[in-house]
Amino acid sequence: MSIKTEEMVLNMGPQHPSTHGVLRLELTLDGEIITKVVPHIGYLHRCFEKHCEVMTYPQVIPYTDRMDYLAAMGNELGYVIGVEKLLGIQVPERVEYIRVIMAELQRIASHLVAIGTYGADIGAFTPFLYCFRDRERILNLFEITCGARLLYNYIWIGGLSHDLHPDFVRLTKEFIREFKPNLKELNNLLTFNKIFIDRTANVGILPLETAINFGITGPMLRASGLKWDLRKDDTYSVYDKFDFEIPVGSGKMGTVGDSWDRYYVRVLEMEESIKIIEQAIAQLPDGDVTSAIPKKIKPPVGHIYSRVENPRGELGYFIVSDGSTSPFRVKVRAPSFVNLQIMDELCRGHLVADVIAILGSVDIVLGEVDR
Amino acid sequence: MIYDFLYNLTGSSVLAGFLIALLPLFAFILPFALFAVLLERKVAGHIQDRLGPMRVGYHGILQTIADIIKLVQKEDIIAKENDKLFFNIAPVLTFVGSYAAFAVIPFSSIFLGAKIDLGIFYIIAVTGLVVAGILMAGWASNNKYSLLGAMRSAAQIISYEIPTILVVLSIVMMTGTMSLFDLSENQTGYFWNWYILGGPSMSLQKFLLIPFMLIGFLIIYISTLAEVNRTPFDIPEAESELVSGYHTEYSGMKFAMFFLAEYANMFAVSAIVATMFFGGYQSPFGYLGNSLNMSWLIPLEQFFWFIFKGIFFVFVQMWLRWTLPRLRVDQLMAASWKYLIPIAFVNLLIIGFITLI
Repeated sequence: MSIKTEEMVLNMGPQHPSTHGVLRLELTLDGEIITKVVPHIGYLHRCFEKHCEVMTYPQVIPYTDRMDYLAAMGNELGYVIGVEKLLGIQVPERVEYIRVIMAELQRIASHLVAIGTYGADIGAFTPFLYCFRDRERILNLFEITCGARLLYNYIWIGGLSHDLHPDFVRLTKEFIREFKPNLKELNNLLTFNKIFIDRTANVGILPLETAINFGITGPMLRASGLKWDLRKDDTYSVYDKFDFEIPVGSGKMGTVGDSWDRYYVRVLEMEESIKIIEQAIAQLPDGDVTSAIPKKIKPPVGHIYSRVENPRGELGYFIVSDGSTSPFRVKVRAPSFVNLQIMDELCRGHLVADVIAILGSVDIVLGEVDR
Repeated sequence: MIYDFLYNLTGSSVLAGFLIALLPLFAFILPFALFAVLLERKVAGHIQDRLGPMRVGYHGILQTIADIIKLVQKEDIIAKENDKLFFNIAPVLTFVGSYAAFAVIPFSSIFLGAKIDLGIFYIIAVTGLVVAGILMAGWASNNKYSLLGAMRSAAQIISYEIPTILVVLSIVMMTGTMSLFDLSENQTGYFWNWYILGGPSMSLQKFLLIPFMLIGFLIIYISTLAEVNRTPFDIPEAESELVSGYHTEYSGMKFAMFFLAEYANMFAVSAIVATMFFGGYQSPFGYLGNSLNMSWLIPLEQFFWFIFKGIFFVFVQMWLRWTLPRLRVDQLMAASWKYLIPIAFVNLLIIGFITLI
């Protein structure tokens, strides 16, 4: 006689401490083993794409901020580069350098949140606050630059809303100097903690083949072992002038492409971002950041796909212009949305606790998934 | 003895027994919980590079009192789908389990609720009630997260009782007593008489025992962490997975009962560890009362040392909590069955052999 066991359906979210926002995961459990994961999205849908069609081109910029709200600078950059290409504008050197500095600071801030919340998901609450302490300083830098801490509307078509604050360079150098030992401390506290490694190594292994088939980008793809970074492979702005490495997953603690690799790639990327910022600050040219802003923004009929390497992966904007002052269509390729698809593939056969570890390592922002 | 004093005061053994049973609750557990919650938040704050509560009173010392007033005022929510009887009993049962353990814990040579010979045995038995309470809470809540949390908790506490008992057994084997009071009395004198340093006898045995007593202490400390659901074993209430485990559905004073039980438990296990390995209420450096010829001072000193040792181990629990991540449920089981139990077993055998020498 065999005992019949039933599968249990467990709703994780939309209000759950570690779904990183309003994501609902429908878990089918056999005991504590996952047999199926269905992500339900749309709780944060704000009609971004439709909204763009009634906005003028510059008016769209604040809305892009609200997609991946942890990496607003990157969102702006991607959109603005696209519109500038449509318009055929060349922006001054100084603007490009400042944009790169901001994007890289934003990458550090965003990865700090990713790493901190990941630690909190695994149960280590202290690194989370350490990360937020450091992120706070980056937000302060943004605040003295443009007055906003989260949603900046800083990168404009053809230029920037404000030039750098006179103290910015000094404060950024100070931040970098103090951030380096903090990063080391974080590694000691969390990255190489035995329990943390046990929880994340060999959990949610993403083979390169699967990653490519699912269109995964960003740190997740790199953790699976492919050296693919748009900053190098499809370079934009002035990234070709800086010397930095693309960290890839090495399977140091387990298998290539496991959750620990995804986490560690982010840690290494922060170090690379620091390198870029240091170089950019050293080479920062003089100039006027508002000189190239066009009076009238009316791109010619045409379309463009512009993409940038956001902290979460390839953020792409497909912009169609019909020759009027507002875009005919803006389609966004959101990295979080694409990366979230992999959940079912990664979670099957793992325990409930691993779903949290895997979801944290995918690092989604619901504002971007739902738009 | 306090019991004799109460007996003379009331003239009735029933009343005196009743009072002495209440004494740890009012004289100790409630003030301790108030203090420990604040300590926890302050320790967490300072570990995390912030200050912790600062607003209520000087450096937030009245914060817990404010919290309790808030909890008392809260509506006691019982959802329609809850099993009312068990839902109401569960927090009480959990609290009783951890509170009853205090009856045999010797706070000082005169402050001991019940001087029974089976002290350790009694504690192990009575803390079993906590598991029943947790399971009951999880089941009666009728919530999937609560149930998962309760199941994990029961599995965890039961698994980790085994290494605990094996270590306790080695102590019992070595000393020939199960009474916590006798254990404390055996370790009188200076700190080199503590069982962590091989016990009071000055022989070859003592020096052979030291490493194995250290191992025993580490095992029992780790397992007690798991038994009171503290990090890295706080899986039953892992908030990132199970919201807050078996007490997700509880609010108001019922939640406060679970909370109080958790802190009472933390101290209870620390006190047991301190009694078995660190001399219980015995002072490490002799008594001031002896040198000053004031014998009434000695019980007070003993009380101080006991609380000091207990709170020190509670502090270490907090320290670990705010430093370490959490294990996964299968790793937790593996840690107990694959590592702690075999090591504890071998340790037991070795201590047995050494005792025979």
